[in-house]
Amino acid sequence: MTLWGWILLACAVSIATKFLGFLVPAKLLDNPRMLRVAGSLTIGLLAALTAVNAFASGQSLVLDARVAALGAAAVALWLKAPFLVVVAVGALAAAVARLLGAA
Amino acid sequence: MVLLQSPAVRVALSVAIATGLYGLSFGALSVAAGLDLAQTMALSLLLFSGGSQFAFIGVIAGGGSGISAMSASALLGIRNGVYGMQVNVLLRPPRWQKLPAAHLTIDESVATATGQADPAEQRRGFWAAGIGVFVLWNVFTLVGALAGNAMGDPARWGLDGAAVAAFLGLLWPRIRAKEPAAIAVVCAVVTLVAVPLVPPGVPILIAAVVAALLGLSGLGPATEGLEPDVEPYPSESGSAGKGTA
Repeated sequence: MTLWGWILLACAVSIATKFLGFLVPAKLLDNPRMLRVAGSLTIGLLAALTAVNAFASGQSLVLDARVAALGAAAVALWLKAPFLVVVAVGALAAAVARLLGAA
Repeated sequence: MVLLQSPAVRVALSVAIATGLYGLSFGALSVAAGLDLAQTMALSLLLFSGGSQFAFIGVIAGGGSGISAMSASALLGIRNGVYGMQVNVLLRPPRWQKLPAAHLTIDESVATATGQADPAEQRRGFWAAGIGVFVLWNVFTLVGALAGNAMGDPARWGLDGAAVAAFLGLLWPRIRAKEPAAIAVVCAVVTLVAVPLVPPGVPILIAAVVAALLGLSGLGPATEGLEPDVEPYPSESGSAGKGTA
């Protein structure tokens, strides 16, 4: 399947997931176990995506300018900076690290 | 304007502006990941769930396959099903409103609605935040994608660093206690261990399985991880958006 196919499938799955909540009886989803799984999935996936984007290059692990972005973003978040500022700080840190010779 | 005197609508507008601005980074990162303008807009218009959209392009940017990207985005969107159930109970929409309400069911609209006590205000908050975020998210996605296209090589501008920061920024507000922090660390380590062993994109799905098992085993409070990216009621220190419906 082409990238377009996967994009449209992802969109269909998203709409179906949201709509499903409106169709099923509340009891089905409103139990602590379901809420826990939904919550821990969200945290686990975002942590995995952070790690991959910071350290993976294809199938190898590398330390490059993105580590500077990760550290700088963490400091910005700790200082309670808004999301867009955090993203800009990450970009700036990676760009500066490359200027200083990082891969 | 009666609407502007509604506290829920005022909260919704500020949430819409703050969240809409995320769209800038999504648009720029999406074209940097290799999607074209139409594909980027399709995600913002049709998928319309920030975390899942970032997940899709994050997997593609890392060289992952389409099916891995779709799976990561679908798994990250499971919480929207839980939100849908909550909104359905909270607003009791007539049948014809269910599909549009479902499409607007995202972290921010649910958090804005559940933070209000009065049913009429809950309804106004949900629709105002949902429609407001939808419009601004798509406008700023377009602006971000056009800017990203004009910028050329992503690495030169540190856009790969921006992606790292964006994912950390999405994760951060969801970690308010030891248990979610433990889940995050375990999943990050599992992911990195898996990177050299399996094709790109798959480590993220392995981490999802581990996260689901940790959730099933009862690690963490019931609603951790279901916080909005933009907290509509910051002074109430996280009581909103926790699915108290």
